[in-house]
Amino acid sequence: MGGSNARGRNNVVLMGRAGRPAVMLANGFGCDQNMWRLVAPGLARDFRVVLFDHVGSGRSELSAWRPEQYATLDGYADDVLRICRELQLRQVIFVGHSVSAMMGVLAAAREPEQFGKLILLCPSPRYVDDTGYRGGFSRPDIDELLESLDSNYLGWSAAMAPVIMGNPGRPELAEELANSFCRTDPQIARAFARTTFLSDNRADLARVTVPTLVLQCSRDVIAPPEVGAFVHAQIPGSSLVILPATGHCPQLSAPEATLGAIAAFAAGPP
Amino acid sequence: MSNGGHGLASGGPDDGGPDDGGPDDGGPDDGGRAQETAFTALLEDNAEDLYENAPCGYLCTLLDGQIAKINTTLLTWLGYTRDQLVGRRYFSDLLTVGGRLYHETHFAPLLSMQGEIGGVALELQAADGTRLPVLVSSAVKASAAGEALLIRTTIFDARDRRAYERELLRARQEAEHERERLQRLVTTLQRSLLPPALPAVPGLEAAAHYRIASLDQVGGDFYDLFPLSRDRWGLFLGDVCGKGAHAAAVTSLIRYTLRAAAVYDDDPGTVLSTLNAALRQEYLRDDRDFCTAIFGVLNPHGNGFTLSLASGGHPAPLLLRANGTAGYQPTPGGPLIGVFDDVTYAATTIRLDPGDTLLLYTDGLTDARTGTGNGRYGDEALHTLARNLAPTTATAAITAITALLDSYSEGLDDDTAVLALSVPSRAGKPQRPAELPPGTMAIGAIGAIG
Repeated sequence: MGGSNARGRNNVVLMGRAGRPAVMLANGFGCDQNMWRLVAPGLARDFRVVLFDHVGSGRSELSAWRPEQYATLDGYADDVLRICRELQLRQVIFVGHSVSAMMGVLAAAREPEQFGKLILLCPSPRYVDDTGYRGGFSRPDIDELLESLDSNYLGWSAAMAPVIMGNPGRPELAEELANSFCRTDPQIARAFARTTFLSDNRADLARVTVPTLVLQCSRDVIAPPEVGAFVHAQIPGSSLVILPATGHCPQLSAPEATLGAIAAFAAGPP
Repeated sequence: MSNGGHGLASGGPDDGGPDDGGPDDGGPDDGGRAQETAFTALLEDNAEDLYENAPCGYLCTLLDGQIAKINTTLLTWLGYTRDQLVGRRYFSDLLTVGGRLYHETHFAPLLSMQGEIGGVALELQAADGTRLPVLVSSAVKASAAGEALLIRTTIFDARDRRAYERELLRARQEAEHERERLQRLVTTLQRSLLPPALPAVPGLEAAAHYRIASLDQVGGDFYDLFPLSRDRWGLFLGDVCGKGAHAAAVTSLIRYTLRAAAVYDDDPGTVLSTLNAALRQEYLRDDRDFCTAIFGVLNPHGNGFTLSLASGGHPAPLLLRANGTAGYQPTPGGPLIGVFDDVTYAATTIRLDPGDTLLLYTDGLTDARTGTGNGRYGDEALHTLARNLAPTTATAAITAITALLDSYSEGLDDDTAVLALSVPSRAGKPQRPAELPPGTMAIGAIGAIG
């Protein structure tokens, strides 16, 4: 542990010009940094764009994944801070989709000086209902998701692992894999799903002191409108923008509107 | 489809099809009528009817998932009317809640990025709440200009298949547990066949490393360093033919035979002859049980030690001298142990002076595949390594060999045992061997660094 650098471990990819304000794009549970393919080039015109994969997904170093380290979102927030430090990013504009929004909240609450702004895309501080709070899901629903993960290895097999983990000798193999953007070791996917959907970060929202934008879709079964409103109400001074988009991934289903909202807030007054 | 077989049902709508269709003109018998009906059915079968009543569900949604078109088969499975779904509900509304989460986090993003996705296992929720396991494939229909227009989805009933897959999944989980259990067992057994730590020999530094090629099988290499009297020490290192439970049993026999034999007569040649006799007796029925081994006796002598050594078919040890030279130490000894009756083994004596290091190893080291072509590491490369290391210490030599083995982790076909002995170049305190590094077994290696 700790031997490799964050750049390699998290498969950090840089776009845009050095010296411009840095926009860091963090994808949520499920796929990898390809989720940003429709908005990253647009952002790269005006910003230094930092893309990465969470350890355990995409082309990160799977060998760096430790169950105990990534059992909480704090472990993932550590990685975000490590990448910022290693790339010497200042006043980062952090865009976190889905569960990564809460990683940004945790990182910004811990080291606010690292962050210029936070943009939370379809955030939810807690997915499971609680007394006086509606997250949209029950505990059995989450177990059902774990079952879905089990029955959909999406072509993962032990034989494929070396290819996915990066086979320098035969890079073409990785290109051929269907579903590779969302391919994860089933064991890691289960653990990440549990960390994601069983976390409760409601109390962390009030600790955010950097300017924050909440981007909410008009119809999202994972982060319903009332959850977006909750996040907005809990983060002092935050703004809320409703995107005319359906589903949980507006960066894919409504890329222009998403790009416009991110760029406007990122370029706006601090 | 070329000829309407008799197997086709004849109960379909009959509006008096072409009466010249039958091959039999003299009054249609049963076979002729069936064929005629089938032909009629084929004529009437059209794309629309196939769409509605296909043996799978068809669904067409807008890009946001809103249901635009759905076939009768799927409506029947779900127990909804067309009006309840079209223009009102989304595809994800038909899924279970867990399936909906999966759809939003995996299915929809992949479909958007790839334009298609196939064979995903989901569960649909029917109007009455029952669940239908299905396999879902979707493709985006694009305009000639490449603009995405619609999503077409095909849904197959997967009840039987899912039950079968659950069985497979359960069997796989069971197999994984069994494998973990086996590896724990192998680790424990392997530890019992090796010294937990090397003893402290005054004036000598000793270090060893053991690498199992497979976590699932007990290795057949062995070594030991043990006191014979207050100032005499016995040592051995060897390799049993084969691996697994049988090799472990033979290894155990060899270890105790060697130690017991040395109690009565510690001449290395005699010890190996005794082992040969014991292997011949014990495994008379199965002449495949044999081993190679080196046995030695250490006696303090001046600033260093004399080492009396005998080898039974074992690779010659390497001596790395204080003056920076290194070479194989021929130990003629005798043949493989356990193959022939009444064999004698001759001992040779070498001196270990301050700064000298002796390296004993099994052929797992020299046989390691180097990754370039079919090349093996080989005696020549080991000799070169020894020359580069000399002068060295037992600990440094084992560290270098361990690093070498790490670099060949994929190329290790056989277990490897390495034992190094060195006389510290300055007279000092006896070297205390360190404990086994915790957890090294878990990654397939045992190290005992002195």
